Amino acid sequence: MGRETILRVADLKQHFKVSKHYTVKAVNGVSFDIHEGETYGLVGESGSGKSTIGRTIIRLYEPTAGVITFRGADISGTLREKEQTLLRTKMQMIFQDPMASLNPRKKVIDIIAQGLDIHKLYRTKQERQEKVERILEKVGLSREHANRYPHQFSGGQRQRIGIARALIMEPGLIIADEAISALDVSIQAQVVNLLKSIQEETNTAFLFISHDLSMVKYISDRIGVLHLGYLVETGTTEVIFERPVHPYTKSLLSAIPHANPLKEKTRVTLSYDYADSGIDYARGTEQALSATHSVLATEEDFSLWTGK
Amino acid sequence: MSETVLSIRNLSISFQTASGMVNAIRGVDLELRKGETVAIVGESGSGKSVTVKAIMRILSSNGQINAGSILFHYEEKGKRVTQDLLKLSQKEMRSQINGRRIAMVFQDPMTSLNPTMTIGNQIMESMIIHLKKSRAEAHERALELLHLVGICDPEKRMKCYPHQLSGGMRQRVVIAIMLACDPEVLICDEPTTALDVTIQAKILELIKTIQAKTGISVIYITHDLGVVAKVADYVTVMYAGKMIERGTVEEIFYDPRHPYTWGLLSSMPDMGSPNEKLYTIPGSPPNLLHPITGDAFAPRNVHALNIDFKLEPPMFKVTDTHYAATWLLHENAPKIEMSETLKARMDHVAKEAESEWGEKQSYELLI
Repeated sequence: MGRETILRVADLKQHFKVSKHYTVKAVNGVSFDIHEGETYGLVGESGSGKSTIGRTIIRLYEPTAGVITFRGADISGTLREKEQTLLRTKMQMIFQDPMASLNPRKKVIDIIAQGLDIHKLYRTKQERQEKVERILEKVGLSREHANRYPHQFSGGQRQRIGIARALIMEPGLIIADEAISALDVSIQAQVVNLLKSIQEETNTAFLFISHDLSMVKYISDRIGVLHLGYLVETGTTEVIFERPVHPYTKSLLSAIPHANPLKEKTRVTLSYDYADSGIDYARGTEQALSATHSVLATEEDFSLWTGK
Repeated sequence: MSETVLSIRNLSISFQTASGMVNAIRGVDLELRKGETVAIVGESGSGKSVTVKAIMRILSSNGQINAGSILFHYEEKGKRVTQDLLKLSQKEMRSQINGRRIAMVFQDPMTSLNPTMTIGNQIMESMIIHLKKSRAEAHERALELLHLVGICDPEKRMKCYPHQLSGGMRQRVVIAIMLACDPEVLICDEPTTALDVTIQAKILELIKTIQAKTGISVIYITHDLGVVAKVADYVTVMYAGKMIERGTVEEIFYDPRHPYTWGLLSSMPDMGSPNEKLYTIPGSPPNLLHPITGDAFAPRNVHALNIDFKLEPPMFKVTDTHYAATWLLHENAPKIEMSETLKARMDHVAKEAESEWGEKQSYELLI
């Protein structure tokens, strides 16, 4: 994809000091790029560090090491005012639980317009209202919804409010952290379709964090597979799903249940245990299989997995 | 066909809420036979959980059972006993049925274990109370159970507290507790929704192996159709408090008849087909506060007939095991087929199932 890079994450590390003797190494040297208008899916089991990465990129955490570049500006160090404004307006986040992420005491219009208020992005009250109403219609709600409170909406509608709140800032990148996991299957489909059509219209890039591989496959252009804080494999969606190399990716893919009973009854899932596998992530280096496909491995592992 | 363990007839439940009576369940029939798995699928609010909570008689205090029966057939001292669970008192339920003959695994393994007790004590508790076993006997059995659910080093784990275990391990412990008294029926209410795919696969396989070993019957609640395909023998689709289609898992997946089932199947992302827009069912489920005339799904159904808005469809028979509540199956109804895309997908899925053997071999080569 010859498009411009919007976000570059280089050798990102995020460690949390729990006590004097114990540090949780949540993210260990992860590097990836996201291009303008593309969707990058980040998958992995719980505890693999996918949410941590999302939160570090948007600077809810202070990165331990590594460089994050967003639209050419370094946003991983101390933020000066210019970078702060860029980061807080052009990068937005959608959270998992639409009930917990909306302030129950505020009307929808005030929730959505909060970003505009903070950054003073309107001249008159009239303009503010118009902006909110336009965005509400874009996410499939109606103008009348602006004066209601979050509890008056269903789960799917609430998630739409969360999306509207992110969209009103006209961001270049939206981080969706398990944005559809809390929703029903049929509602999930609605929200995913909405995200896709918004992307076509506004050319916003998405970092889509999820453990639901079938949805990730559906929405992403490229995928990164995380395990224990290491990016074990990254590539285009087709490559990851059709020609996975890393044993962890293979086991993850084999665990997805298919809606096909005859096949499903006999299918065996591959098990993968890091402790028994003899693989040491810390010793592995990024081995490129093609321009877009790379895997974390040592030389021996790499030749073993690829059969070369 | 093996003997029936549990049969629900015409169950109707409503809840008294601040805004009025909500008719959460409007007539549910369910049949569970020995050693079989029935999956109940539907959106949130369709009444899946309420149905199984009624079996366990653990409905919240504002719920009331208006009509119906839940017949439970079991053996006691060599005699077959049939008991209507709705006729038992709360106390009798607790002492004879819950945990003893019908056990339930809840969604969140975090909140269903007692954080102040070791897991060993939690597993032994029900055996000591229900089966009057001595502590030593119960301890012995608890070790066996932990081994059965795939926890290595059970001796050590017995002394652990729930917070020392991971989510998948905790759910295994919950399953061990449920199996402690050799129940006839195991109810799983979204047991893997809070877990990862890899752990989910392991838990599902675990439940299947246990079922093969002990011949237990399982009721499985989920909204993940992939999971249904993996575990179920029979599927019941619920919508707005009613059963709208039931059949064997093959019938539901390869030959669905109700438009809602069509919608449910089409809105799943398909692992095999190229990217296109996901199908969504238009509109939202009806509010059960208001009485429903006709087919509850009619306002969202693009194929709805006039009669759908006036008269509730009965269960039409498709085959001996397959029934669906839609007027489309009436002999006078116009012939309406499922959408082209869904049809293409069914064909694809059927083909995939056929070529299953070949694929399995190539898969093994891959490993």
